[in-house]
Amino acid sequence: MYRYDQYDHQIVRERVAQFRDQVRRRLSGELKEEEFMPLRLQNGLYMQIHGYMLRIAVPYGLISSKQMRMFAHIARKYDRGYGHFTTRQNIQFNWLKLEEVPDILQDLASVEMHAIQTSGNCVRNITSDEFAGVAQDEVVDTRPYAEILRQWSTFNPEFAYLPRKFKIAISGAKEDRAAIYAHDIGLSIIKNAQGEIGFRVLVGGGLGRTPIIGVEIRDFIPWQHILTYVESILRVYNQYGRRDNKFKARIKILVKALGIEEFKRQVEDDWQHLKDGPGTLTNEEVARVQSFFVDPAYEALPDHDSKLNEFKADSRSFSNWMLRNVLPHRVPGYAIVVLSMKKVGNVPGDATAEQMDTMAKLADRYSFGELRVTHKQNIVLADVRQKDLISLWQEATAYELTEPNIGLLTDIISCPGAEFCTLANARSIPLAKMIAERFESIDFQHDIGDISLNISGCMNACGQHHIGNIGITGVEKKDHEEWYQVSVGGSEGNESSLGKIIGPSFSFDQIPEVIDRLLQVYLRERIEAERFIDTVRRIGYVPFKDYVYADEFAVEDESATDKHTVVPAQYDIPYYSPRF
Amino acid sequence: MKIIKNKSIVEDDWSVLRLNAQQLPENTQVPEGRVIVPLQVWLKQRQALLERAEIGVWFASDERPELLKGDIERFSVIAIDFPKFSDGRGYSIAYNLRVRLGYTKELRAIGDVLRDQLFYMQRVGFDAFEPRSDRNIEDALKGLTDFSEVYQKSVDQPLPLFRRVERSIT
Repeated sequence: MYRYDQYDHQIVRERVAQFRDQVRRRLSGELKEEEFMPLRLQNGLYMQIHGYMLRIAVPYGLISSKQMRMFAHIARKYDRGYGHFTTRQNIQFNWLKLEEVPDILQDLASVEMHAIQTSGNCVRNITSDEFAGVAQDEVVDTRPYAEILRQWSTFNPEFAYLPRKFKIAISGAKEDRAAIYAHDIGLSIIKNAQGEIGFRVLVGGGLGRTPIIGVEIRDFIPWQHILTYVESILRVYNQYGRRDNKFKARIKILVKALGIEEFKRQVEDDWQHLKDGPGTLTNEEVARVQSFFVDPAYEALPDHDSKLNEFKADSRSFSNWMLRNVLPHRVPGYAIVVLSMKKVGNVPGDATAEQMDTMAKLADRYSFGELRVTHKQNIVLADVRQKDLISLWQEATAYELTEPNIGLLTDIISCPGAEFCTLANARSIPLAKMIAERFESIDFQHDIGDISLNISGCMNACGQHHIGNIGITGVEKKDHEEWYQVSVGGSEGNESSLGKIIGPSFSFDQIPEVIDRLLQVYLRERIEAERFIDTVRRIGYVPFKDYVYADEFAVEDESATDKHTVVPAQYDIPYYSPRF
Repeated sequence: MKIIKNKSIVEDDWSVLRLNAQQLPENTQVPEGRVIVPLQVWLKQRQALLERAEIGVWFASDERPELLKGDIERFSVIAIDFPKFSDGRGYSIAYNLRVRLGYTKELRAIGDVLRDQLFYMQRVGFDAFEPRSDRNIEDALKGLTDFSEVYQKSVDQPLPLFRRVERSIT
């Protein structure tokens, strides 16, 4: 993976010093909160319900075992022993003290990490295919280009105070695993008929209040020009994106207002000045960065291990895990392993310090010391020898990392929700847990097969509910109770689509029953091996809607615990909480 | 008044003319002396102002630099207003003035100009800063030296890092 040279080290070191001084000025009152806010956000620091939350950048999801151990260290030393992996391949810690954040950044810098631009109205972490370099369907490895874009966007002076946040994702395989249609800029690396490498460029995608699928602005731009072309898109957006209304400030609104033709004309006009100029990428630079992403020392191995089949026959758990959590690798004798952060009963995306240390150890032992964070909040060991799968599974199982549910109903994507986030209308995590518990049966889940369930606590869509096959959104209600809208038919990937809301919202307790009814329609209507999403596409959302609303829901059990208390009593709210 | 110019604190006698809601750009009297006028005043009173030896012009964040095309050479100072420090349009205006219109004289940041944005402002071509009057200007000066190296090209550094240095892990 990429390693810092003296320049990277220097820039990150100076950032730590800069932020330390900003925190000092905030604590002394020299900086008002209003002025400090954009500065701390550009360093990933939010003020949440319980205090400060720090989002640490995991550039394009790739981390070393050493870096994972640093997360464990941060969890133990500065937080409450755990961290939360996010849908944009980052990690966040929820219980920090402002005065300790500079020390955390210093610790991170020692392992070549930072929190630069993980929030704020700037270019955010570049996300990418979690299987880059190892996927069988890969056309071009995205990692070098993601790193080049990371450097280009880091402290880019012209685009630090954009109208709104700006997210870029890159895919380089036949199947899009980076949700490029749901990003401000989505890039797909392709080869043209002559075998030359270039980018297909999508613009104006995004979820949030106004979900829009990105549209193509260029079908092919040679790789040399990608930085300057992105620069031109940003320059047009920076000048003309709306700044009068936060909810209309994303680039998707500008692209819609101008129309893609006019938007493209403006971008191309700007780009004519940059084309072939000094911002053009060079062979040398690409080769330099590519040299960090060469293959590890793969062994020549047979592609089938007979022991695996024997063990599969003996252990249902193992064979279920092989079926869902182990994917084919482009090198014979190797496999991609997804460690599930979605153990039923646990918080989706959360990992304890002990689990982090374990994953680091497993990476060292079985996967060349590297790991990846997926946009579905799981962790990948990308280069595991097939003959090691049994021992890996045994060791990981002891730490609850082998729930065989990748891509299944309980592989739920959830935002932190109202227990942690000041924006949320409703809780997400307890809902995710309740759903997971209701559908815990792994046989039932395997029968249902591929399905995605996404939960967002509000319309800002951090849980990406629009692109979940089933999407759940916390909606505002006057009486301060929690209500949720349910949609079906969303999906990501090559056939991205936005879900359709099926009707009036539901209470917290009704949701598992709603999902049960949706699944019943699917089981009744599906043809052979058809996936849930295929059935929705074939028969439309009406049969689902009709069935869900056909019968009354059982009356809620009023004796149930504090279900309407948005912040459960066990949380100790510190004095600096905005809710205090 | 003190401003930051070419990385040091200097005395400055330019004043910035700002119109209130009742004043119209076409008939507002431009005071004597070195005055930086709103772009709209320049455009509306151009004939009269051409007579003046020393006049500057300032852009609001929603105005286009091309509106000054052809006249750029006349000015020894152009300013760009930041109505709020978080309004980043001024960065692209500055870039376009420098790179596309070739403006080479003083480019001054005015308005909500704060220490923590100065480094970025300097990079896109500002060489003069009028920090907000309630802030310590000595302190603001420190903002220009937050970083000693940058990755990407801009006005202050027309070559990206990868074209300037041989990069390797030592």
